[in-house]
Amino acid sequence: MPLLRLALASLANRRFTAALTAFAIAVSVCLLLAVERVRTEARASFASTISGTDLVIGARSGPINLLLYSVFRIGNATNNIRWSSFEHYAQDPRVKWAIPISLGDSHRGYRVMGTDHNYFEHYHYGHGQALELAQGRAFANDPFEVVLGAEVADALHYALGDHLVLAHGVAAISLVKHDDKPFTVVGILKRTGTPVDRTLHISLGGMEAIHVDWHNGMPARGAERISADQARAMDLTPKAITAMLIGLKNRVTTFALQREVNDYLDEPLLAILPGVALQELWSLMGTAEQALFVVSLFVVLTGLIGMLTAILTSLNERRREMAILRSVGARPWQIALLLVAEAGALAAAGIVAGVALLYVSIACAQGYVQASYGLYLPLTLPSAYECALLGLVFGAALLIGAIPAWRAYRQSLADGLTVHL
Amino acid sequence: MAAALIELHNLGYAWPGQPELLDLPALELGTGESLFLRGPSGSGKTTLLGLLGGVQLPDRGQVRLLGQDLAQLRQGARDRFRVDHTGYIFQQFNLLPFLSVRDNVRLPCRFSTLRLARAQQRHGSLEKATDTLLERLGLPSSLFDRRADALSIGQQQRVAAARALIGQPELVIADEPTSALDSDAREAFLRLLFEECQAGGAGLLFVSHDQSLAPLFDRAESLMDLNRATRAREA
Repeated sequence: MPLLRLALASLANRRFTAALTAFAIAVSVCLLLAVERVRTEARASFASTISGTDLVIGARSGPINLLLYSVFRIGNATNNIRWSSFEHYAQDPRVKWAIPISLGDSHRGYRVMGTDHNYFEHYHYGHGQALELAQGRAFANDPFEVVLGAEVADALHYALGDHLVLAHGVAAISLVKHDDKPFTVVGILKRTGTPVDRTLHISLGGMEAIHVDWHNGMPARGAERISADQARAMDLTPKAITAMLIGLKNRVTTFALQREVNDYLDEPLLAILPGVALQELWSLMGTAEQALFVVSLFVVLTGLIGMLTAILTSLNERRREMAILRSVGARPWQIALLLVAEAGALAAAGIVAGVALLYVSIACAQGYVQASYGLYLPLTLPSAYECALLGLVFGAALLIGAIPAWRAYRQSLADGLTVHL
Repeated sequence: MAAALIELHNLGYAWPGQPELLDLPALELGTGESLFLRGPSGSGKTTLLGLLGGVQLPDRGQVRLLGQDLAQLRQGARDRFRVDHTGYIFQQFNLLPFLSVRDNVRLPCRFSTLRLARAQQRHGSLEKATDTLLERLGLPSSLFDRRADALSIGQQQRVAAARALIGQPELVIADEPTSALDSDAREAFLRLLFEECQAGGAGLLFVSHDQSLAPLFDRAESLMDLNRATRAREA
C-alpha cells in the first residue's frame, strides 16, 4: 500500500520526534501491561493461597484479621486458643483432619510456624496441590528440627543439616534470640508461590521447648534456664496455639460446625470459611488495584495525547508536503488517511516496543519481585485480555489520529496545489 | 478539430468575502502548444492554476480540460482527472525531501493508473520509464537513489520536470519553475522541458513574471491584460 509507505517515509524523515513519541507510548503501554499482569498474578496467587480447608478457627477477632495471620502470616493474633479447644474440635466426629498453627517467632524476618505432621499431609494450595518436599524430610520426634519454605532456603542459602537460631517475636530485627536452642534444617519444601515459601516450620513441641523456660515474655536467667537436652526430656504438649485449620468429612456440615464454634462456651472462638474471607479481603484490595489500573489507562492516554501534539505540530510545516501530494494526484481523503496511517504506525511501534520493554523488565525483575513480594510474574505470551487491551490502545490511537487527519483534510482542500510560506 | 487542451469561457472567480479576482473572457491552449502566461504575483495566477487543477470551481463560466467541463465532475473525479492528464512543476520545493529521486518521479503513477499504464506501455516498465526520463533530463544516474533534498535546486527542478512528464500527461503546467535558477541554467532547463514536452506530445502552460522568456514559446499572453478584473481595479 503506497500510502503506508509514504507515511513511514515521512515519519522516518522526522525520526527523532517520531521515536520519542513512540517511546512515550511504549512506556505507557509497558506500564499498562505490567499493572495488568501484576494484578492478574496477584489475584491468582491470592486465590490459590489456600484450598481444601473448610474452616479456619482462631481466637475471636475479625474474619480478615484471622485470615491474615493464619494464612498470610501478616499481622499478629490478638489472642491464643487453648490446646483443649483444639483437641475438642480435632476429635469431633465430623472433622476429617485438623492442623494446629502456632505463631509468634521469626527468623531473619521470616515467620516461624509451629505445627504437626497433619500440615504436610493435609494443607493444600492452588488447585488442590499438596505440599511437597524438595529435599530431606518433615520434622520428626526431635523438637529441634525445622522444615524451610523454598524462599527462605533460597534467600538465606540454607541447606540440609544447617543450624539456625530463632528469634523471639516477629520484628525484622529482634534483640531476643532463642540462641540456647538451635534448630537443624531437616527438609526444604518445593516452591508453592504462597506464604508457605516464606515460612519456617517447626513442631509444636519445638515451639513449646524454646519457650519452656520463659516467664512473662522474658527468658529465664542463670540456674532457671533449661537446656535443649533437658527440654527434650520434658512433656512438650503445648498449652495454647494460635489457630487451627480444619477439613471436614462432609462439606454439608460446614455451617453447622461454624455456628457451634462461634457459640463455644468454654472460650470465645471464631470460625471462618477461608473462601469467603479471601473474597472479602480481595474486595478491600480490589479498590486499590482498580485505581492502579485506571491510573495506567490515563498514562496511556497521556502517551496518545503526546502523539496527537507531535502530529498536530508537524502539520503546519508539512503543508507543502500535502500540497505536493495533492499535485501528484492524492485526494484529500488520502491525505487524511496518510495521517491516520501515521498515527497507526506510531502506535504500532509504541505497542511493539512497549511489549518488548515489558518482557525485558519482567526478565530483569522476576527474581527480585518473587523474592520480595512472593509474586511470580511469568514470561508468557500476551493473554487474550492483554491483546484486547493492546487492540484498544491501537484503536484509540487511530481515533486520535482522526483529529490531525480532519485538519489536514480541511487544510489540503483549502491550500490546493500551492502553498505560499 | 480535436478539443483544445484548455478552454476557458467567461470565467469568474472571487474568494469568499472578497472582490472578484478573476474575470477571463477566454483563454485557449491547443494540443502540443506551448503558452507563456505572464503574471506577476497578485494577478490571480495561483487562483487560475487552482481552477485549472479543479481544486476550486469557478463562480461562473467554464473550465474545460480536453473537452471535459471540470464543474461536471465530482471532487474525487476531478482529482483523478487532474493527475491523469496534468503534470505540475512549481517554483521550488517540488519534491518530497524524504523520498529518493526515483520515488519522487514515480509518485503520479502511484495515484494514477492511467499514467502508470502509459509509462509501462511506452517504456516497458515503470522503472525503465523513470530512468529514461531522468537520463534525458540530464541527471547523472548516480543521483537516482539519493534523497531528493540532497540535490541542488537545478537538479531538483529537473526531477520535478521528470515527475510532471512521466506517464505522458496531455498538459504540463509550470508555475515559475525557473525563478530559483540562474539565467544559464534557466535556458538549459527550458530547452529540456520543451524537448520532453514535444517528445511526449504534451502542451505546456508556463506561468512566469519573467518577460524575457516569452520569445521561446509558441505564444505569449499577459494575465494582466486578459483579466478584466485587474483592469477594472486599475481603472
